[in-house]
Amino acid sequence: MKRIRNTNGKEKSSVSLAGLEKAPTGIRGLDEISGGGLPRGRTSIVCGGPGCGKTMLSLEFLVRGVEEFGEPGVLLAFEETPEEMTRNVASLGFDLKTLSDKKKLFLDFMRIEPSEIHETGDYDLEGLFIRLQHAVDSVGAKRVVLDTLEALFSGFSNMAILRAELRRLFRWLKDRGLTTVVTAEQGEGTLTRHGLEEYVSDCVILLDHRIQDQISTRRLRIVKYRGTKHGADEYPFLIDESGLSVLPVTSIALNHKISRERVSTGIPDLDAMMQGKGYYRGSSILVSGTAGSGKTTLSCHFADATCRRGERCLYIGFEESTDQVFRNAASVGIDLNRYVKNGLLSHHAWRPTQYGMEMHLLRIHKLIDMVKPESIVLDPVSNLIGNSTQRDVRSMLMRLIDFLKEKGITALMTTLTRGGNHLESTEEQISSLIDSWILLRDIEQSGERNRCLYVLKSRGMAHSNQLREFVITSNGIRLLPPYIGSGQVFTGSARLAQEAKDSAEALLRKQTIERKRGELQVKRRELEARIENLKAEYEAEERQMEMFINQAQNVEHRLELDIQDMAGSRQAGLSAGRQNRKQVNGAQG
Amino acid sequence: MKTKEKKVKGKLANGSHTAGDVFELRLYVAGQTPKSLAALANLKRICDEHLKQEYRIEVIDLVKHPQLAQGDQILAIPTLVRRVPAPLRKIIGDLSNVERVLVGLDIRGPSAPVAKVTGA
Repeated sequence: MKRIRNTNGKEKSSVSLAGLEKAPTGIRGLDEISGGGLPRGRTSIVCGGPGCGKTMLSLEFLVRGVEEFGEPGVLLAFEETPEEMTRNVASLGFDLKTLSDKKKLFLDFMRIEPSEIHETGDYDLEGLFIRLQHAVDSVGAKRVVLDTLEALFSGFSNMAILRAELRRLFRWLKDRGLTTVVTAEQGEGTLTRHGLEEYVSDCVILLDHRIQDQISTRRLRIVKYRGTKHGADEYPFLIDESGLSVLPVTSIALNHKISRERVSTGIPDLDAMMQGKGYYRGSSILVSGTAGSGKTTLSCHFADATCRRGERCLYIGFEESTDQVFRNAASVGIDLNRYVKNGLLSHHAWRPTQYGMEMHLLRIHKLIDMVKPESIVLDPVSNLIGNSTQRDVRSMLMRLIDFLKEKGITALMTTLTRGGNHLESTEEQISSLIDSWILLRDIEQSGERNRCLYVLKSRGMAHSNQLREFVITSNGIRLLPPYIGSGQVFTGSARLAQEAKDSAEALLRKQTIERKRGELQVKRRELEARIENLKAEYEAEERQMEMFINQAQNVEHRLELDIQDMAGSRQAGLSAGRQNRKQVNGAQG
Repeated sequence: MKTKEKKVKGKLANGSHTAGDVFELRLYVAGQTPKSLAALANLKRICDEHLKQEYRIEVIDLVKHPQLAQGDQILAIPTLVRRVPAPLRKIIGDLSNVERVLVGLDIRGPSAPVAKVTGA
């Protein structure tokens, strides 16, 4: 034994030189919060009360090690036989038998029956070492799980030997560079009942199983991880048909890739309020409003717009069944059924009370993995509050929004503002996580309620600041043109009345102008008539004058002719004749 | 492996001795360590001094045959297993405490060979 230890001593130094090398567990979420997995070549303790999932976690570590990372493993079970174990985890999709047949996994059961054992004198646990060595050698194991090592404490009464042997065991495992998981029962006020954490100080993971409001939640916490910055919170985790999933509350860094692309809201008028382009792709949109303010209709528009672009949309309803949503959407002219038929739209509905928060989150995660949507609608998230605390819901939504952003999925969530609450607040207190917030509200005026919407906030765009009335028609939501008069918004019939009043005033103004125009016309006509008169008078005078002139000319002409005639007849001298004529002319002038 | 061993042993036992009278003992050791050597020496001495019946001691070195450890669920070394007579008894340690070995093997004393089964 010493010989082997010596030869492996070199390996050990190379492992420690490599620093904090990690062995990924392949368990969703655990690798994230532990910075890449368990410490490679070292021993980690997984502790917790009965039924908290210790064995599941360690088995998944082994199975994923084989299936995903090509690292064969050894399972030494002290409590369950390999057959029992194989059956137990078959429901999680782990086929231990096939893996062990393929020599990728070595299962060994160590039965300890205290009544059969008599201690006489000095002994050690070399048998355990030999079996472990044999197991490791027969599959070339890189990973080892000891479940539950504490069973040794019931089988052997010599604590001095046992503790020395445990110390030697952990040393042995470390020297061989085996990444080991040791499970241990949680003790009263201590992490493990028999103080195993004294021997293993590299990584301790504590599992917990709590019932809160009759809904059970499993939680995982990394108590200690030497040399690694790890998430220190309690993280909810789930065990379901695909194994464990740890859900980090938030991703460590806010470094989502963001898109500058815009996607339509499904309502052209609303697009126009957002620079004519709509939401940012991959952003999170909150639609809040009181009961019956049109949240679901707005969601349907969004789903419709997504599918119309040929993209996939995941619609999750917590209030209405699939059929009901589709029927209601059809009544406002949105045919969602055809998108279901061509596979673009995937609608799922379940009761918020059906699961705990973590299960909701996980189910959504899984649907997203399955559908791979470009957009998602959650309608309404406020319903989740009913069966959980506000903090839980907030934390769940935060994680969900984080996840969606990471995936670049545009998310639209609706939330119901309950009576008495301030409109610009959400019960889930998620407004700060939201990129665009559209607020729907009813305005009560002159005996009627009318719907209005406005863009409360929309990060990264110059959005409209108008409060717009909208109507839900058989062709969907239609925004009415903005009407703002005397510092007040009018809606419904008040708006109509105001419009009528305004148009009457406009008519009056128009009439005044018309009248003035008429007057001017009359004036002009008068003037023209006068001008006509004067003209006529002048013309009459002119004619008279011309008549006189003509008469006078005629007279003169006649006179001239007479003179010629007389001269001819009298044969008088020319000079005398001319002189006479001059005299006549002078008399005329 | 385990079952084969049994059959061979059973045949041998039945062939040469009356079943029930013979003590079939297996001593598991790991190499020639002082503890192993001490255990074997102690076992031989105890059997010679206290066991009047036939007995058979088989020494299994797990360093040479590690796969045999699984059959008898051996963890501690040295382990003495009394396979026959039933029930199965395991005695761990170097067998230096003679009294405890005798109790463990269900041997009352030098003059009282015991074949009957007592609930320990």
